[in-house]
Amino acid sequence: MLTDTLPKKANWPSGNLRVAMICGGIALGMVGAAYAAVPLYQLFCQITGYGGTTQVAAGNVNGIIERTMTVRFDENVSPDLNFTIVPARSETNEIGTVRTVVYLATNNSDVPVTSTASFNVAPAIAGAYFNKIECFCFTEQTLQPGETVEMPIVYFLDPDLDDVPELDTVQEITLSYTFYASQTGSS
Amino acid sequence: MSEATSANHDSHANPTGWRRYVYSTNHKDIGTMYLVFAIITGIIGGALSGFMRWELAEPGIQIFHGLASMVYGFEGDAAIDGGKQMFNVFTTAHGLIMVFFMVMPALIGGFGNWFVPIMIGAPDMAFPRMNNISFWLLPFAFALLLMSLFFEGAPGAYGAGVGWTVYAPLSTTGSPGPAVDFAILSLHLAGASSILGAINFITTIFNMRAPGMTMHKMPLFPWSILVTVFLLLLSLPVLAGAITMLLTDRNFGTTFFSPEGGGDPILYQHLFWFFGHPEVYVLILPAFGIVSHIVSTFSKKPIFGYLGMVYAMIAIGFVGFVVWAHHMYTTGLSLDVQRYFVAATMVIAVPTGVKIFSWLATMWGGSITFRTPMLWALGFIFLFTIGGVTGVVLANAGADRALHDTYYVVAHFHYTMSLGATFGVFAGWYYWYPKMFGHMYSEFWANIHFWLMFVGVNTIFFPQHFLGLAGMPRRYIDYPDAYAFWNNVSSIGYLITLVGVVAFLWVMLEAWMKKRVAGDNPWGEGATTLEWTLSSPPPFHQFETLPRIK
Repeated sequence: MLTDTLPKKANWPSGNLRVAMICGGIALGMVGAAYAAVPLYQLFCQITGYGGTTQVAAGNVNGIIERTMTVRFDENVSPDLNFTIVPARSETNEIGTVRTVVYLATNNSDVPVTSTASFNVAPAIAGAYFNKIECFCFTEQTLQPGETVEMPIVYFLDPDLDDVPELDTVQEITLSYTFYASQTGSS
Repeated sequence: MSEATSANHDSHANPTGWRRYVYSTNHKDIGTMYLVFAIITGIIGGALSGFMRWELAEPGIQIFHGLASMVYGFEGDAAIDGGKQMFNVFTTAHGLIMVFFMVMPALIGGFGNWFVPIMIGAPDMAFPRMNNISFWLLPFAFALLLMSLFFEGAPGAYGAGVGWTVYAPLSTTGSPGPAVDFAILSLHLAGASSILGAINFITTIFNMRAPGMTMHKMPLFPWSILVTVFLLLLSLPVLAGAITMLLTDRNFGTTFFSPEGGGDPILYQHLFWFFGHPEVYVLILPAFGIVSHIVSTFSKKPIFGYLGMVYAMIAIGFVGFVVWAHHMYTTGLSLDVQRYFVAATMVIAVPTGVKIFSWLATMWGGSITFRTPMLWALGFIFLFTIGGVTGVVLANAGADRALHDTYYVVAHFHYTMSLGATFGVFAGWYYWYPKMFGHMYSEFWANIHFWLMFVGVNTIFFPQHFLGLAGMPRRYIDYPDAYAFWNNVSSIGYLITLVGVVAFLWVMLEAWMKKRVAGDNPWGEGATTLEWTLSSPPPFHQFETLPRIK
């Protein structure tokens, strides 16, 4: 059937099976597109800072500007993770300053627990300008029973932030972490 | 075997008795089964909403704790909590049933199957056996959904109380019981049915038009079905993917939507609404097609601006795919993204306006007769326009932030999808009833049915605008006393509508008892499409010689 209709291109569409197969292909393609959305969405967030996704950088190449910004640090702990987390104190610095801050995490349970953290900043539009050079959130953390560890973050704000009109009146950015018990086999 | 053929099928034995329906490959029999199915599911889905309106008639919890102890055997305080969950289960089941098992089967499966082949001058659908599968998947899908009501959902409670949107994480970690799995599998089956149906319609319309019927001469109802099934073909697989991810997140440890594994629940909302927004046009576009024919028939004029009407539907379908995040203004979209979705959403008002004004222009100067189908069509235009206007209000991200998840939204989407689509269904039902069954119903009782429904549904839903503007959130079993008055009015409206449904059943029964012969064309010179050239009811196989369109 497919071969009969191929030479008569001018008469397209012809042949019910051909149309049905094209439609079936479209349907399967859309299922594929739905799955492709998963990695694409993550990539999109990472590149654009969409939804307050922070950036990863090796260092600050844009220098320091006069405007100051307060950065607040926030923590949320999933109910199934028996940790006490003490966030870093908020601090005010000139935009562009590379800073190191520390979160304290204590494992209150009597077994070793591995945790991961997800994070974003508010206001969300500042995500594209919030750069981390190092962060405990890049890897999983395993804490022994009762152990307390310091978890460092090395960050700076990109001075390009000053050119964003929506951030003109913003004087405070909040970096928020949510800690979860790690699911085995995933990162 | 799959070639479009006008060959005479009389050599085949036509099965009789139950085999005629269960084994059916005949588009008219399958269409009738879809319509009967939609009437049954519509009554069940409507009954669910009746319990909700009964509960909401006054503040406090009146009936659901009793219902929960009756159905699930809860006692004491557990019955109150069970009742609250049961209310959520009812809203969920009402939504899913009305969308997937009432409006879609009635408009696409029912009228689409019956009249698309006839109106384009084809003997049947392109794939008659696939048509049979499309229908018979639905009762099983419906059975799965009903079964979900009786399995554990949220911990210690029964049924899938997750809303028709099935948002994660409520539908994943929030409802560990198997009820949600049943609901998801039900959607899978209903989706498969619709995708197969969509492929069938596309092939039929592309390949099996009668000689001389170019796309630009094709009547508006087949056009509306064509646009609709393209929307289904492109959007339903995305829903299928999204709910499959939900299923694996729930049962097989994937983390598509759970942040602890690197997923994002907001992604589910994007995927759902990429399906969900085109879906609401799926529900309304076939009604657009039906109403166009009725307005033209009873104004005794050709439809005003035929090409404009066709391309307005195509434009609505196209733009419908790029506005989904207007359901998600409160999820933290950036300002620029909100600006885009506000503007794109507003654009939809343009082709929709083209349609409304073209209907008015068709009536303008026409020789109008207010037969029953015309009343329903005018009711449709009135209700849909009200719903469209509140839609323009909700399109604004700023206003939506206040109105999101309030009864204002409930009123908006019921005026469009539920009243609009349902009035479209009834308009088509009364327009084609004499054609499908060969009898004429009593216009007196059909008019009573119309007026009861029209007054009833407006009494239900118009006050919900006030409740929403006053801040009453949707999907709650109880509310503060301040909202009591308009809730009570709304529940009285339900009672009026209920009497209307009884009138609907009576109209059918009366027509069946009296058996007034309808004749080939009961509507006169205004009814110009091909179905009126056939007998009523049409022969088992029509167009043994294909009609030629000049």
